[in-house]
Amino acid sequence: MGSDAKKSSGRKPLVRTRLPMATQRPEDRINNFDEVPYGYNEAEAVLESQRCLQCRNAPCVKGCPVEVPIPQFIKLVQQGKFVEAAEIIKTKNSLPAITGRVCPQELQCEARCVMGKRYQPVSIGNLERFVADYAREHGEKLPELPEPTGKKVAVVGAGPAGLSCAGDLALLGHDVTVFEALHAPGGVLIYGIPEFRLPKDIVKYETSYLKKIGVKIIPNFIIGKNKTVKELLNEFDAVFIGTGAGSPRLLNIPGVNLVNVYSANEYLTRVNLLKGYLFPEYKTPVKKGKTVITIGAGNVAMDSARTAKRLGAENSIIVYRRSKKECPARVEEVHHAEEEGIDFRFLTNPIRIIGDEKGRVKALECLRYKLGEPDETGRAKPIPIEGSEHIIECDVVIIAIGNNPNPIIPQTTPDLETSKWGTIITNSKTGETSLQRVYAGGDIATGAATVIAAMGAGKIAAKSIHKQLMGHEIDEEEHNLEVGKCDS
Amino acid sequence: MSFEILDTRELNSENTWMKIKAPLIAERCKAGQFIIIRSNEKGERIPLTIANWDKKEGSVEVVFQKVGASTQELGTYKKGDFLLDVVGPLGIPTHTKGAGNTIVIGGGLGIAIATPVARAYKEAGNKVHVIIGARTKELLFNVEILESFADGLTICTDDGSFGIKGFVTQPLQEMIDKGEKIDTVFCVGPPIMMKFISKITEKHGIHTVASLNTIMLDGTGMCGACRVTIGNEIKFVCVDGPDFDAHLVDWDEMMARTQAYREEEKIALEHYHKCRAEKALEEQNSKEKK
Repeated sequence: MGSDAKKSSGRKPLVRTRLPMATQRPEDRINNFDEVPYGYNEAEAVLESQRCLQCRNAPCVKGCPVEVPIPQFIKLVQQGKFVEAAEIIKTKNSLPAITGRVCPQELQCEARCVMGKRYQPVSIGNLERFVADYAREHGEKLPELPEPTGKKVAVVGAGPAGLSCAGDLALLGHDVTVFEALHAPGGVLIYGIPEFRLPKDIVKYETSYLKKIGVKIIPNFIIGKNKTVKELLNEFDAVFIGTGAGSPRLLNIPGVNLVNVYSANEYLTRVNLLKGYLFPEYKTPVKKGKTVITIGAGNVAMDSARTAKRLGAENSIIVYRRSKKECPARVEEVHHAEEEGIDFRFLTNPIRIIGDEKGRVKALECLRYKLGEPDETGRAKPIPIEGSEHIIECDVVIIAIGNNPNPIIPQTTPDLETSKWGTIITNSKTGETSLQRVYAGGDIATGAATVIAAMGAGKIAAKSIHKQLMGHEIDEEEHNLEVGKCDS
Repeated sequence: MSFEILDTRELNSENTWMKIKAPLIAERCKAGQFIIIRSNEKGERIPLTIANWDKKEGSVEVVFQKVGASTQELGTYKKGDFLLDVVGPLGIPTHTKGAGNTIVIGGGLGIAIATPVARAYKEAGNKVHVIIGARTKELLFNVEILESFADGLTICTDDGSFGIKGFVTQPLQEMIDKGEKIDTVFCVGPPIMMKFISKITEKHGIHTVASLNTIMLDGTGMCGACRVTIGNEIKFVCVDGPDFDAHLVDWDEMMARTQAYREEEKIALEHYHKCRAEKALEEQNSKEKK
């Protein structure tokens, strides 16, 4: 027996390729708003988990902005202990069903997976998504809460940063109230990311989970209008600001205010938050358009172009001035978009939006580009090709080139230091701002970034707030928040 | 969290007045600001300028015109009903300090907004003459309220059924021609009216403020649906306005943008009436069964 027995009780033979998730067929899914991947079933999850080498030094964890204990949770999946796997993730990441779906894993944890050095990395994101969904569907225990500390914290903005900060503070026994300007919590998770990528029931479940652990969420409440940050400081022991990058950047080209030119924020808010895809049953309209052009190539651009396709556009075109390699979107989103027949026009940039006699969009004039030397971002600099002007006829244009910080808090909080870009200046290792007892994190501090980076910033601030509330000195936390920077 | 309707009243065949319990908004709001209402889960977010408020009672008042599916539905809400979402006060209050001799002009539904703004100008120590206009006598409202505090009130109707026969621009032009000292003009109403007022005052170099009512979603600067061109700059009505220098507004662009969903509005209205009819039929059937 000897060595043979050892072999059979040891690791299974190495599987080089990762197990893909089953997805809706492209020709079906362009006609609905249901989620694209179905997710692993139990057997698939166990199978994929067995590819994990359980590295002692866990390089994957160093690639995670919130340091999810990846080998530990995958080990539990190998053992079929899915609920326990979810519990261990939740010690570091309060929203795993969401991050499993929207993190750019290929730039973060999976980029550092040892398996990936020679073969394909373990599908950490798919596994995270699976265990979070499993725990939700099979009923997860609420964590035991400590004795209330009697300390009160206000969180401004119910997006990824605010929600993760609120969740961590509630688990430490503090009394947390989240103020949200919109009518529903979730921030970009609810107004921005479409149903087919992140079902809204999941966002609702995750926010209701926070309510179950004692977090109060007040919608329709605008800090800066209904109350100022200064006033919050009279009622609360600390304030966290996570108001995000919610101010759309527009192109500086003629025709940007023509009818049927949307910011991606507006287009997606109409469809996601206000369920415009169910118009007229839901009363918010959205222009369907025969040919819809989306400008930009981040995740928000993919979301917009794919939404347009689902709303019935015959042609959904993406115009991007660099090449496919430089697309800031998650690889999976670009892949899904291609499968769905999105028409990518790389190395193309708009110079003018052309309107008809009624002031409505009728075409986009573009220039072709070529790639030159790398610029300050390290990406090849696009250079316009002279005389390459051409016109693409269209009836809807969506501008998805990024967002600036929301101005309401900086405008109404006089002593809060901000940068020339309008972001709140913080110590990124503590979340502290220029005001005592006021912390900030997420896109309002860094400019537009990822959901997971915002959540990480919320967690760092939660640690500092806890220390402040308990009378300890706030010390700096080393973190991985810069890992895999790209837009959400 | 929902918001109780304390009272409603049909001001006339077109305009409905509604008073809503919203202490947080009443506590802070000032003339010129607006709120956003979403009446139920399937509803649109409707921006409405605040017509009046009562801090003590914790109430705000709005006036709306039942033109589209959303406003028609809002019109079916009665005293004691609840609105799902109300948020505000949004936008920057009307700047009234040091305005001097001011003419406040309200057209149609704009009368509702002109009223608190005129009062705010008055309370800030300015001399205030109010001009209001409507298509016909029946559509006028707030006349007594305005008479109670304004230094002067001129009323116009398009058909001449009350006051001056003609548009609000007519008495304005006459006042200018007479050489009356006018430091500020504030106007609110149909964009075309504001455009013409702005053309008149521009010739005479009179500082003119227009309160814009554009399409909006969030009302906090997130979506950009409300963007307008002011001079050479793009501004958001929700956070930079709703008041702007009328001479700098690109009126044609603004008017085109407010008409963006004409076709969809028709579809929504048809759908709404169909649903109402079906519901009524169902109710009748169930009654007959009983």
